[in-house]
Amino acid sequence: MSFIAEHISVLVVIVPLMAAPLCVIVRHGAVSWGWATLVCLANFGLSILLMQQVLANGTIVYDLGGWEGPWGIVYHIDEVGALVVLIVSAIAAIVMPYAKESIEREIPKERHYLAYCMMLLCIAGLIGMAVTGDAFNLFVFLEVSSLATYVLIALGNDRRALTAALRYLILGTVGATFYVIGLGMIYMMTGSLNMTDLASLLPAVQNTGTVHVALAFIVVGFGLKLALFPLHVWLPNAYTFAPSAVTAFLAATATKVAVYALIRLIFTVFGDIDPLETYGVRAAVMVLAIAGMFAGSLIAIYQSNVKRLLAYSSVAQVGYMILGISIGNAPAMAGGIIHMFNHALMKGALFMALGCVFYVIGSVKLEDMAGLGKRMPLTAAAIVAGGFSLIGVPLTVGFISKFYLVEGALAAGMWPVALLIMLSSLLAVIYVWRVVEVMYFRSPAIGCETRTEAPMSLLVPTYILLGAAFWFGIDATFTGDVAMSAAQTLLGGSK
Amino acid sequence: MIEYEFPGLLNYWIVFLLMMIGLYIVIGHENLIKKIVGLNVFQVSVFVFYISMAKIKGGTAPILADGIEVYSNPLPHVLILTAIVVGVATTALGLALVVRVQESFGTIEDDEVREQEEQDG
Repeated sequence: MSFIAEHISVLVVIVPLMAAPLCVIVRHGAVSWGWATLVCLANFGLSILLMQQVLANGTIVYDLGGWEGPWGIVYHIDEVGALVVLIVSAIAAIVMPYAKESIEREIPKERHYLAYCMMLLCIAGLIGMAVTGDAFNLFVFLEVSSLATYVLIALGNDRRALTAALRYLILGTVGATFYVIGLGMIYMMTGSLNMTDLASLLPAVQNTGTVHVALAFIVVGFGLKLALFPLHVWLPNAYTFAPSAVTAFLAATATKVAVYALIRLIFTVFGDIDPLETYGVRAAVMVLAIAGMFAGSLIAIYQSNVKRLLAYSSVAQVGYMILGISIGNAPAMAGGIIHMFNHALMKGALFMALGCVFYVIGSVKLEDMAGLGKRMPLTAAAIVAGGFSLIGVPLTVGFISKFYLVEGALAAGMWPVALLIMLSSLLAVIYVWRVVEVMYFRSPAIGCETRTEAPMSLLVPTYILLGAAFWFGIDATFTGDVAMSAAQTLLGGSK
Repeated sequence: MIEYEFPGLLNYWIVFLLMMIGLYIVIGHENLIKKIVGLNVFQVSVFVFYISMAKIKGGTAPILADGIEVYSNPLPHVLILTAIVVGVATTALGLALVVRVQESFGTIEDDEVREQEEQDG
């Protein structure tokens, strides 16, 4: 037990990483699924232990192989890092049991084991991004998770999944390479790759053109990965055509981890410089975030494919997270961080509910979902409940994040921003209402009036996630405390 | 007064050129294989960038021996070894996807693929 406690920071990465090749060796769908589920549950347990350790003892710095930083690679896990690890492993532990039936319906049998292998690799990469304290290591994990993601998207049964994956591959690689360019320039100026070390070395060279350009490359690179408007073009198709279980997992985790990585880079690595203020880009980032909130929601209103509708809504939700970061006081920052967690819960649940819809009626087009309230009452109710959370109705998690964001905006004296947050929520009302209206106030097409609910193995995980979305909406003390203290630490570095 | 001598910043000019050529191919060409190759050229420019910055004039390999005082930094080379592996994986996956696109769309020209996608609704 003490062995686990001592090496837990690296175990959360290694366990899924080492488990993945086994799926390829056994080449059997059901066995791979059982194995992957077991690994995900174990990893969830580990990440809870990790969270407890971080809450009890503060930030963990783990030297890989006993080589101390800045020479060796270190893992550096603070409260937000532990929270992100918890998000990824919790979503994985919920999506995996769900994945079996969903993937059996949507992917040819001979490729099942590949899907589970890639899911495990993706989890390892995403968790690695959250725990690493080495800037180049971040790139490696970014690529591990991205490559797995491209494969997962390409597994979708529509032929457009292939082009979606290919376009994401091209943009994702450009983004990751931009990050490497920026990192190379920083390395030229400082001679270090360790994030903590960089933070102390960078202020001395902060006024050089090289560092300015480096920061620009890094922010644009990660902007591509986290789908910051207008760099979001890869996202809608990728989410729409990926298999349902994959979409649920990716929508709930991938962009959040990228947001967290960007937070780390801006507020830890560049923290002592306070780049948003020093380089006068706060307004620019804020405008992009707000533009994303509105553009994403507006485009979502006009979608006829519900999966694509939610994908555009994700672009808008990423806008909220970036907005929280850009306002720059503790409540807003906490709002951004909390929204990473909350959005993972609600978007995960919504995409899982859509997976149920696809399982039963074989389509997620709006017109095919007519009368769904009668045909699949439980699934339709889940979509409505998730939709409430997207809008930000009180007692849902969406309300908590928006509450913090508005509080932060008002505390910073930016009441127009607070107003815009409310306005964009109204847009969410419209796109959620469109789905609700079709599901409950239109009669089902002739010949499909019978009640056919999705199997329990799909519904139960969906409802667990949805339950969590309400639980943390009613009692936000855990997420609120973690996010608030994390926000204060992050901003403390920049003051 | 800075003295410029050969090769001076030549490496960085090459990096810059390769980077722009690569990005242009990714954006400007419709052929998907050319896009992937352009992506590769773009990545290679970054490899050259890292390798160039580690080289010091007159520096030798970092071996402990008498009479050697100027070393080139080996770390960027090692980093790029990792990046090359990533690049190979990306290219392989990209090309594999192009093969599948050819199988299911019957073309690898991006504009024609787009037309067919719109017909899919």
